[in-house]
Amino acid sequence: MDLTPTPSQTVGPYLHLGLTDRESVSRIAGDGVKGERVWLTFRVLDGEGSPVPDAMIELWQADSEGNYVLPGGPDAADRAAFGGFGRLATAEDGSCTFETIRPGCVPGPGETLQAPHINVSILGRGILKRLSTRLYFAENPANAADPVLGLVPESRRTTLFAKSDPARTGYWNFEVRLRGEGETVFFDV
Amino acid sequence: MSDSLIHKGKHPTGAVVAYRRHEAGTQPGYLYPAYRATRLRAPSQPLILLPHTLSETTGPVFEHSDIRSSDQDLTIQHAGEPLGERIIVRGRIVDGNGRAVSNSLIEIWQANAAGRYAHVRDNHPAPLDPNFTGTGRTLTDEDGFYSFVTIKPGAYPWRNHDNAWRPAHIHFSLFGPAFVTRLITQMYFPGDPLFAYDPILQSIPDERARQRLISKFDLETTEPEWALGYRFDIVLRGREATPFES
Repeated sequence: MDLTPTPSQTVGPYLHLGLTDRESVSRIAGDGVKGERVWLTFRVLDGEGSPVPDAMIELWQADSEGNYVLPGGPDAADRAAFGGFGRLATAEDGSCTFETIRPGCVPGPGETLQAPHINVSILGRGILKRLSTRLYFAENPANAADPVLGLVPESRRTTLFAKSDPARTGYWNFEVRLRGEGETVFFDV
Repeated sequence: MSDSLIHKGKHPTGAVVAYRRHEAGTQPGYLYPAYRATRLRAPSQPLILLPHTLSETTGPVFEHSDIRSSDQDLTIQHAGEPLGERIIVRGRIVDGNGRAVSNSLIEIWQANAAGRYAHVRDNHPAPLDPNFTGTGRTLTDEDGFYSFVTIKPGAYPWRNHDNAWRPAHIHFSLFGPAFVTRLITQMYFPGDPLFAYDPILQSIPDERARQRLISKFDLETTEPEWALGYRFDIVLRGREATPFES
């Protein structure tokens, strides 16, 4: 058998039917989950700066102590309160909002620690294979020593920072610019 | 190195066993101008190569409680039977090392037999089928096998170019064990005359790689007096042989 991985194809315009209508997860952390509660608003824009109304965002994050949920790890009840996974379709204005807790630091290569971050997938019509990026929290001192941010040219690093909403405590905005001016940094994972 | 390293979660040095990278040509790129929607949605800057950390080698966990009993049979989700040709789609999910991907979530969605999606934004003037939604999900078994009962989807027109039609297909979404094994793809049916005209399939440069999205008629899966069977195996990325340190 040929063990070359199967090729990717676009999720297409009707992704809602199979994915987000069946299971959307806007609340990654339920009641009582330890950590600083945050609301993350993503906004997806195309190469002309127009909102992308038919994309899907998936998130994968560690808990407030920097631990990822692992198979056979926490029991079902704990996993229901915090599974680390989020998934939402974008609305007409290209946006969607998740409620979660700010993740802790996760070990990086060598002896390093990674700054708190959330792993982001962007899927949609016109996207032939998943786009991956990371959300970091702006103005967090830990960002300066993050080994992954260190790989990104400084001029583009700010595209990975969610910015806190001055009007609403705990609310953060993250713009995903797919192409063109201010293009978000995407990772080859 | 064994998976036990991973399942312990944190390793003191943060060392993880990385996943292998794709070979050139076996996956589509982002910009493929013949598929028009990529022109405004494909990044123009090169991607930044990310060494794998725990963030990449872990991933969401799903279990049997996430599946309903009718999720595996798309023909029993309504009061009556859907119209069209009943089929069984069966296959095995393995990783790039040939190991079964067990207890892993698969989600599918598709058009009905007339080529219409039960989706508010699909305005193709073909009939909806009140007995067909076109959504399924399942977990692979211990050996990585899955199966669905459904109906064969129809081809449908789209506005990408003049007289553009998508070959009949079923959308597949898979997670595998890690953030980096996430895969969304489409399964096609053997012998479809539309392959050569479809920029979505043709966006994969390598002909052999394209062929791997085409299911095979399978007499073994076919059930007498009831339904034709198609076999669709999927390979997710596998790990490197040795722990990755940097």
